[in-house]
Amino acid sequence: MTKHDGLTKGWSRDQMAARAAQELQDGFYVNLGIGIPTLVANHVPAGMTVTLQSENGMLGIGPFPTEDAIDPDLINAGKQTISQLPHSAYFDSATSFAMIRGGKIDLTVLGGMEVSEAADIANWMVPGKMIKGMGGAMDLVAGVKKIIVVMEHCAKDGTPKFVPACTLPLTGRNVVDMLITDLAVFKRPDHAAPFQLVELAPGVTAEELAARTTAHYLS
Amino acid sequence: MAQKIYPDAKAALDGLLRNDMLIACGGFGLCGIPERLLDAVRDSGVTGLTFASNNAGIDNEGIGKLLRTRQVKKMIASYVGENKEFERQYLSGELEVEFSPQGTLAERMRAAGAGIPGFYTKTGVGTLVAEGKDVKVFGGEEYILEEGIFADLALVKAWKADTTGNVVFRKTARNFNVPAATCGKVCVVEVEEIVQPGELDADAIHLPGVYVQRLICGAPYDKKIEFRTTRTTDVG
Repeated sequence: MTKHDGLTKGWSRDQMAARAAQELQDGFYVNLGIGIPTLVANHVPAGMTVTLQSENGMLGIGPFPTEDAIDPDLINAGKQTISQLPHSAYFDSATSFAMIRGGKIDLTVLGGMEVSEAADIANWMVPGKMIKGMGGAMDLVAGVKKIIVVMEHCAKDGTPKFVPACTLPLTGRNVVDMLITDLAVFKRPDHAAPFQLVELAPGVTAEELAARTTAHYLS
Repeated sequence: MAQKIYPDAKAALDGLLRNDMLIACGGFGLCGIPERLLDAVRDSGVTGLTFASNNAGIDNEGIGKLLRTRQVKKMIASYVGENKEFERQYLSGELEVEFSPQGTLAERMRAAGAGIPGFYTKTGVGTLVAEGKDVKVFGGEEYILEEGIFADLALVKAWKADTTGNVVFRKTARNFNVPAATCGKVCVVEVEEIVQPGELDADAIHLPGVYVQRLICGAPYDKKIEFRTTRTTDVG
């Protein structure tokens, strides 16, 4: 929750994940990033079948294994041990990214450092800091049908993260379809449209949101 | 048929290693890394190596072992976290790093293995990755040119092989091992078990023997886990 300027309202990390889960549809193939996006898996509505893709080569990610079922050959893209499901399938990395780049994955939920009003996203490097690499993030934002970014609305020091133009090196240009922060939800219908505010977190006013946002959006 | 099976990793790499060569290596984190072969490369003492591999191992595991001995000149990778020695060498400028998006890296290996020297992709358009690369518009959208990785040698870890080199992998340990295998001039594979022809289902071969020149059984394996995560109760 954003706690600067005395503002303690807004969604928790888990509530942001739950909000993202509302975008799921029955039969969707979904790739979830590390951090808040991973929590989305806990909020799949009952009765809905959603197949999770792990870019290291698996469709149908199961829950963490019990201690006696741990298998070093079975991990997710965050290198955590996982389990398989009856409908799971394994494949190599080239095939995995063929389905990502080829537009076969319906939805990805990713964390962000910055999102711009032109729907650019920066989430892989900070100049001057150790660069660990982009992993599969650039491929996901370029190829998946719908891109949802979930992030805190402001940095810990209060600096807005939904900005006119990203200051950090980009992960993708004009790729974000929906932005969910702890304060609000923004959407755009297509890649030529600006973001529209569609939802405020409980207790957050439009004025409070505007005071913490430098990006232009339709309200 | 020419004999593909070698007694150990050292023998399997005999005559294949030289300084400043480009090696494509399978594995994702510590999952499915060719650890016997990497150990043998380290023991050979060759230097100035370039590795095309999704990750660089962790401290003293996988390629991390060859970083410690300063045998690696350059990494072509998508993600290199969890590795302090890597970080030190990278920040001091001793180690050159070319970051390639994960899917682009896999496709650069696959493409080279399929005889395709370059391809256009949407991944990385408008980012640092696009710098210096040809941009072409298809159907009104921009794509950048990425080049195939033609490696001198491919190092691969698999589950089982038959004596003719047909290979199967297990679960998510397949990862980069298939594209890496195909892009090497020579591919050396280590497996957990070598079986007779006919014992593997011909309909379920992940890497046909045409891609495999040399083979060893590296068992027994003590597979490492980077992040051991469990649940305590049954999920409903």
